[in-house]
Amino acid sequence: MFASHNLRTPLGRARGLGSAKEGLHHWWVQRLTSLALIPLTVWFVASVVGLAGSGYQEFAVWLSNPCNAAIMVLFFGVSLHHAQSGMQVVLEDYVSHHGWRIASIIVVKFICYGLAALGIVSTLIVTFGG
Amino acid sequence: MTQAAKPAARPLSPHLQVYRLPLAAWLSITHRITGIGLTIGTLLLTYWVTSAAYGPDAYYDFTAFMGSPIGYFLLFGFSVAMFYHLCNGIRHLFWDVGLNYEIAETKRANVIVLLGTLILTAAAWLLALA
Repeated sequence: MFASHNLRTPLGRARGLGSAKEGLHHWWVQRLTSLALIPLTVWFVASVVGLAGSGYQEFAVWLSNPCNAAIMVLFFGVSLHHAQSGMQVVLEDYVSHHGWRIASIIVVKFICYGLAALGIVSTLIVTFGG
Repeated sequence: MTQAAKPAARPLSPHLQVYRLPLAAWLSITHRITGIGLTIGTLLLTYWVTSAAYGPDAYYDFTAFMGSPIGYFLLFGFSVAMFYHLCNGIRHLFWDVGLNYEIAETKRANVIVLLGTLILTAAAWLLALA
């Protein structure tokens, strides 16, 4: 019975953990990264279309432009941050076994941030003429 | 103790397997499917830039792979998924700020998302191959 004027459940009261004050954080990060990805994706498509059929030399010259390099770094960081947060929601919804759910989310997040690091470091190597 | 009566054969609530999904529901699940596809597609994106960081020979291997039938197939699928996820993602951002919730508006947005995907995919490939 909810005896007091309290919206918390008895279980919530017994656990005593309270609010973590970040209930909106995941939702907000997904929206913020989606918004950023609109111009980044337009830039990415325009770049790939412009580079179509070109070889290593043209690509290296293109990526040594500071603006292209900076946006490519952002594209890797933001798109993979967005990807891991979206994949987390998908896995939370469809993987019913608790252990597998946690494990799959951890693995996907590690892979996403690994790819982001690899992409960013590779961009910088090409930019600085590696 | 009396024997419990057999439960009456009441109609069941609509279940996913017998419920004819409206177009908006198909577009919603497609948003998730393309999101998963794009996450896997980031492997291709990372391969692109990382191969250049390894040097001209590795980059040549990458362009040779992308020029193969499998490469074209993957790139085409990636492009469709990206344009769809972009268009439908923008519609989600409209929903997030409280717009376009009327059924007529949702139906109109269905058409805009599908046409937008078609036009952007066609335009990108025509420009890239021109």
